[in-house]
Amino acid sequence: MVFAFLSVAVLVASFLLSLIIKDESKKAYIACLGASLGSVAGLLSFNGNVVFATNMPSVTFAFGIDPLSRFFLLVILGVSLLISFYGLGYVRAQRNLIGSVPFFPLLVAAMEGVLISRDAFSFLVIWEIMSLASFFLVTAEHENKEVQNAGWIYLIATHLATAFLMAFFVIMAKASGSMLFSKFTADPSYTPFTAGLLFVFAVIGFGTKAGIFPFHVWLPRAHPAAPSYISALMSGVMIKTGIYGILRTLTFLGSPPMWWGTLLVIVGVVSAVAGILYALMQHDLKRLLAYSSVENIGIIVIGLGVGVIGAAKGNMPVAALGFGGAIFHVLNHALFKSLLFLCAGNVAHAAHYLSIDSLGGLIRKLPRTAFLFLIAALSICGLPPFNGFISEWFVYLGVFSISKGFSGYPILLAVVGIIGLAFVGGLAVACFTKVFGIVFLGEPRNDLPKDCHEAPRLLIYPMGVLALLCAVFGIFPFLVLPFVSAASMVVLPGLAATSLGEPSLTSLSWISVAFAVLILLTASLFFIRKMIFRKRSVKHAVTWDCGYAFPTPRMQYTAASFAEPVGTFFSSVLKPSASVQYLSGIFPKAENFEEYVSDRAENGFFEPLFERIGRFLLFVRRKRKNTAQSYLALIFITLMALFILEVWFGI
Amino acid sequence: MPPFFAGVINRVKSIFAGRKGPPLFQLYFDIFKLLKKDAVYSRSTSYIFQFAPLVVLVSAVCAGAIIPLTGNAPIHFYGDIILFAYFFALSRFFMVIAALDTASSFGGMGASREAAFGAFSELTTFIVIIALAIITRSLSLDKIFTGGGPYLIAKPSIILLFITFFFILLTENSRMPVDDPNTHLELTMIHEVIMLDYSGPDLGLMLYAASMKLFIFMAFAAMLISSDASHGMFVGTALLLLKITVLAVIIGVVESVTARVRLIRIPQLLIVSFVLSVFALLVALFMKGVL
Repeated sequence: MVFAFLSVAVLVASFLLSLIIKDESKKAYIACLGASLGSVAGLLSFNGNVVFATNMPSVTFAFGIDPLSRFFLLVILGVSLLISFYGLGYVRAQRNLIGSVPFFPLLVAAMEGVLISRDAFSFLVIWEIMSLASFFLVTAEHENKEVQNAGWIYLIATHLATAFLMAFFVIMAKASGSMLFSKFTADPSYTPFTAGLLFVFAVIGFGTKAGIFPFHVWLPRAHPAAPSYISALMSGVMIKTGIYGILRTLTFLGSPPMWWGTLLVIVGVVSAVAGILYALMQHDLKRLLAYSSVENIGIIVIGLGVGVIGAAKGNMPVAALGFGGAIFHVLNHALFKSLLFLCAGNVAHAAHYLSIDSLGGLIRKLPRTAFLFLIAALSICGLPPFNGFISEWFVYLGVFSISKGFSGYPILLAVVGIIGLAFVGGLAVACFTKVFGIVFLGEPRNDLPKDCHEAPRLLIYPMGVLALLCAVFGIFPFLVLPFVSAASMVVLPGLAATSLGEPSLTSLSWISVAFAVLILLTASLFFIRKMIFRKRSVKHAVTWDCGYAFPTPRMQYTAASFAEPVGTFFSSVLKPSASVQYLSGIFPKAENFEEYVSDRAENGFFEPLFERIGRFLLFVRRKRKNTAQSYLALIFITLMALFILEVWFGI
Repeated sequence: MPPFFAGVINRVKSIFAGRKGPPLFQLYFDIFKLLKKDAVYSRSTSYIFQFAPLVVLVSAVCAGAIIPLTGNAPIHFYGDIILFAYFFALSRFFMVIAALDTASSFGGMGASREAAFGAFSELTTFIVIIALAIITRSLSLDKIFTGGGPYLIAKPSIILLFITFFFILLTENSRMPVDDPNTHLELTMIHEVIMLDYSGPDLGLMLYAASMKLFIFMAFAAMLISSDASHGMFVGTALLLLKITVLAVIIGVVESVTARVRLIRIPQLLIVSFVLSVFALLVALFMKGVL
């Protein structure tokens, strides 16, 4: 606990110090090294609880660390530590970003504060600090119109979410008579209606931060706008505070009914499928990665749903697999998604743009980045022998166990879950082969800038550590398992006896064996092949391509054409808009073809919604005359509405 | 072992075409010849292109280690059926990026189709898996297939599953109604075009890996018909190989009598198999009395 406070103090101090210092490179050093130092201190912290009573009525500050927040602390601070080195190198190369860099340690501090705060008041305040710090980081390049727009969308989304959270905590505090989390947990005696309402509020409030469909709209805007190290931090770890929030909520509300699990599984499947479909259709590398975060959050939420179903039905093995898989996937996604965004940062730095269709052949210019991207892509597709497989395997197993252990409608839910997961798995392979193949392989589609070069070591080494962890946690999942099961036990205290179950432990050791076999066989074949080729002559020629003599880079498949079969198949859902100009005449001029898929949650849900709200408010404003009476009338109407809420619903 | 069955398929096809056909062991000769050759690489390719055949082959071998071919499977545990599917996903991943590595538009075409159709067939595969898991109450291929004697064919859901899996087999192995293994210069090709730029030992590895995959899928389908573990290891294996040969003949017949469907029709074909698998699943659930 002492270390946690020390770490927050270091982070905040480096924020303040770097904010007032004028010299640019000192500013960057203080901010980034302060973030590293603070993260290291936070990583050393252990479980504990502290309560600070104040003189103000009903305001008591409480902080604490339990295995659940400790797991998230390790994930968030570990990744932040690595990103802080990358960030230092990144902002030194791009001086225009230095103005926003002081907010980086503040964001880390706020994420840590969210995890350790144990009362509603400080939680909400720190939650807002986290949102604002990340807002300033997103708008680092505020001269750009698109960045401004992204910043606004992010700010609005996050504040709407906070409104739900405020309602959530106020109702909670009223019901339990205290702002302390420990009181929330101690007395879960809400009516089913109140508990359900609270749960839905939490899912919306925390889900917006996590990026659950359809509340994900800010993600694909904010991530491309932010500098890459910030996208990595936000997509890798910050959105996980939303998942933490949902898990924490589950500890408040007592034993969950079945429909919460159903809701979570369905929301998860929809997020995962929609996320990966939109990801597949994107043309911008970082936008694509943002949508892929929506997909992975979906997988995590499916896991949570499975866990809740297990808890609701008292089936502990199912609950353990569900929560375990979800929590494990939080770690894995933090590792490979931040790695992917950092790779995107290297690409942006080398090629100056991120449009997938204009890139190509970067493996020759950026060999290390390409290799790291490959590992991250394999992990995120859940392919052996990397860590993504393990957590997806847990979730799969959880869903399968539902189909085995229950009868009736949970089975149909399990079938939906399996179909969703399997489909997402297949499309993830399509999506990431597309990115890796188009961006890094083949020939450059446009001329690369002359100074196109690999990132310096300060940037590559932290990325290497992330990739290494992906491999290590894939082959030795036992290293993480104690932390995962300890964290799940906080969510579901009854889990203690069964933990993650005996069968899954033996299975995991078999998986390790299978992975070892895979690696050893590949390595030995690789050396045999090398031996054979020592005696052979190897020629290099132009790509054969069925005898085409002069293939040009422009003739290669593009990302858009790669995704076309899936896009056509789902055209009724995705509604791609294309601008086609057909060739005409004997000597046709050069023509363009463009296809663009816009987000239906944005166009079809939020835009009309906000439009209607806007019209209603305009109506109210027109009715209102600027007199005291009309203000009094408005106040009266509001009071009556609150009164009705209180009397009828008792909340 | 696996290339022999590809030879059987080719022999059946040539009998249908009125030809004498290549020897049954032709693919062995091809592979040995290729392994002895030098290699030519495109200047556009990187190490990914040379590394991919190894991964494709090894992941097929590892997937093969999960199914109980002779007696118990070498690798078997609760939930191995998911690993089985993901090993093939790994091999697909590398096939696709290897094709994109050549910078050829043909390669891109094949890669794109392989990725899209692979996603659909993986979906169907998982429904087959969940149906099997519900019927046999197990999540290990070893338990599913060696668990309880030759009982499988007797159930209607299994017949549907078999048909579905046969579709998956044809799709995943680029056989006839989906892809034509004989064409090199046609726009519908998927698998052939991915291997277009391979030469020498790498091509040999790719061919061997493809026949291995075909063999594993045929073995899976054969074990759906009945499991022979109860006959002891020796007789069981012999029976299994016999069934695989029969399946190879059936595939040869199917390939000879059906035309390849148009490319834009393939998703419809995949939907048919998807719907069939869902139907099989529902039947399985009803038979178990859990729905």
